[in-house]
Amino acid sequence: MKTKIFTGMLASAALALSASTASAATLDDVKAKGFVQCGVSTGLAGFSAPDDAGEWSGIDVEYCRGIAAAVFGDPTKVKFTALTAKERFTALQSGEIDVLSRNTTWTMSRDTQLGLNFAGVNYYDGQGFMVRKALGLNSALELSGASVCVQTGTTTELNLTDYFKANNMEYKPVVFEKLEEVNAAYAANRCDVYTTDASGLYSIRLTLEDPDAHTVLPEIISKEPLGPVVRQGDDQWFNIAKWTHNAMVNAEELGLTSENVDLEKDSDNPNIKRLLGAEGDFGESIGLSADWAYNIIKTVGNYGEVFDRTVGAGSPLKIERGTNALWSDGGLQYAPPVR
Amino acid sequence: MAQDRNHSLAYVRTEMVQEQPAPINAKGPVAWLRQNLFATIPDTLFTIFALLLLVYIIPPMFRFLIADAIWTGDNREACIVPGAGACWAFVDAKFAQFMYGRYPFEERWRVDLTGILLVAGVIPLAMPSVPYKKWNAIFVLIIFPILAFILLTGKLGLEPVQTSLWGGLLVTLVVAIVGIVVSFPFGIFLALGRRSNMPIIKMLSIIFIEFWRGVPLITVLFMSSVMLPFFLPDGVSFDKLLRALVGVTLFASAYMAEVIRGGLQAIPKGQYEAGDAMALTFWQSTRLIILPQALTLVIPGIVNTFIGLFKDTTLVLIIGIFDLLGIVQLNFTDANWASSKTPATGLIFAAIIYFIFCFGMSRYSMYMERRLDTGHKS
Repeated sequence: MKTKIFTGMLASAALALSASTASAATLDDVKAKGFVQCGVSTGLAGFSAPDDAGEWSGIDVEYCRGIAAAVFGDPTKVKFTALTAKERFTALQSGEIDVLSRNTTWTMSRDTQLGLNFAGVNYYDGQGFMVRKALGLNSALELSGASVCVQTGTTTELNLTDYFKANNMEYKPVVFEKLEEVNAAYAANRCDVYTTDASGLYSIRLTLEDPDAHTVLPEIISKEPLGPVVRQGDDQWFNIAKWTHNAMVNAEELGLTSENVDLEKDSDNPNIKRLLGAEGDFGESIGLSADWAYNIIKTVGNYGEVFDRTVGAGSPLKIERGTNALWSDGGLQYAPPVR
Repeated sequence: MAQDRNHSLAYVRTEMVQEQPAPINAKGPVAWLRQNLFATIPDTLFTIFALLLLVYIIPPMFRFLIADAIWTGDNREACIVPGAGACWAFVDAKFAQFMYGRYPFEERWRVDLTGILLVAGVIPLAMPSVPYKKWNAIFVLIIFPILAFILLTGKLGLEPVQTSLWGGLLVTLVVAIVGIVVSFPFGIFLALGRRSNMPIIKMLSIIFIEFWRGVPLITVLFMSSVMLPFFLPDGVSFDKLLRALVGVTLFASAYMAEVIRGGLQAIPKGQYEAGDAMALTFWQSTRLIILPQALTLVIPGIVNTFIGLFKDTTLVLIIGIFDLLGIVQLNFTDANWASSKTPATGLIFAAIIYFIFCFGMSRYSMYMERRLDTGHKS
């Protein structure tokens, strides 16, 4: 209830604010100051976390670099603001940041009531289950009678109840207030199953005594589409935010990678020609240069490359592509064509 | 008669007896043990209990922290071997980050220089035997802050460095030192204001002190970062670190004021009257008679507030500023170093650093107390 009132307050404040910020051209501001100000999370493995040199890395961070590459042709022209969950919308609404790329779930209320627009889904997350491999389970439907560690008072707990009820299965909840307590309980074998968002399960698995002894089951029981957010009322910037992600997905579909994009520049494939700016004026139409998509692919990479090195097989997290595979591979990542 | 006496004193020795060592139960290690550890049955039980506790704790601690610890490695692979202890390789890889945050690599000499200037200014100031205290104080309190500001933020032709890049021990020390240095004079004025006979000053001081003592620091920081942007006109935004600094300083001032007021109340009325009799003005008597006595009385309270403030700086974490603890915790999310030992290692490292600073402050305050003899022991 408290959070509802708070969100309501934020929403009304945002509406009052959006009237004044709506007309501001973010792209002009960004070009004038010379960098994109991007809001990221205060640390989430694979999404935005510091590397040894202290540089931000992760899939949310790469998206911001993509926008910088599209606008400036240089992925380093981006500055990051670390935001807590409570600060994130305020920071965007008040103009402190230009784009919010902070594992934010796209929901109707956020999309419609906060004066914000979601620019796409760069990671389809959802609640999953982690179990010990020794149990020999292959599916969440075999979990009947299991004890499940879960954080109390979250939607995770409600989803869990619904899922087990819908499938006529019994379970014994082992609930805790804090995430750390849930981790400790699962590590101490006080429950058979750990449930939270799948991306969280993979990063928690890394902190267990023997990560290889645990596996994340394939079932995903809730929808948590995570994506970048921009202010409502600036369609040009909204387009850039949307098409930065779309360009990366399209590039993967067309087989363009940061390595081969230079060779493919002379390709005869009209789809590639349009994406890389050899044909048409798609870049100009969103206020960017013709080679906007080339710059993203060359300097940041396509969606698959980014996924692989931040959260996928090329990273310690080793998350399966699953729902984040291209639509042509049975996943949900789908971008409208450039034409 | 004389012979008689000689005869009766025949047992008197003519030479000294060889000096004997004290009995074993009155002096030496055995006696010490008996007096201090095994004097009574409860004492003995406590001693045995404590020894068992130490035997129980120390060897595993030694194994975890030193014997089984991983000292070198490039990523988590080094620390996930079975039976590994503390993952010091993680601290080693991230050490520069823990100290400077994301301060640009090629500009870090500026932070180092600021640190050296600070140490060079504060150490002679803290040692009573070093002369030129006045010039030293002017350097530390006026020149140094200006130099530090220029060096750290990048003025006068230096490459500007946003405060959002600052982090680690740098932020902890900036917040703590600014808080301590600014809250001290603020606290003195507020304490004097609260005891003043002037109604408006008195009322304002009371309102200020009670307001800031009445709200949690976490609320102050949270308001400054989440609600403040809504109240400001578009395009006007204060630096996040500055907001935190102002919040922490105002908060600490209120506590400091109450500690100092405690000292002022301990000064007998005769001291004030003596000042008046000497025809000193209010400020003269306050500066020359009242404050020197009041402040020395409350050294433990002042240092207590300082240490509390130093540790409270970790709360800036909740508004997305990465102080030492914040950046240590942030790095737990680096998947390249995630292991079951990483969090414990990082937190132990942070605890050691905090302990060094807090213990240092505490020892210096004890030294000053002894020197000024505030306990009236001698």
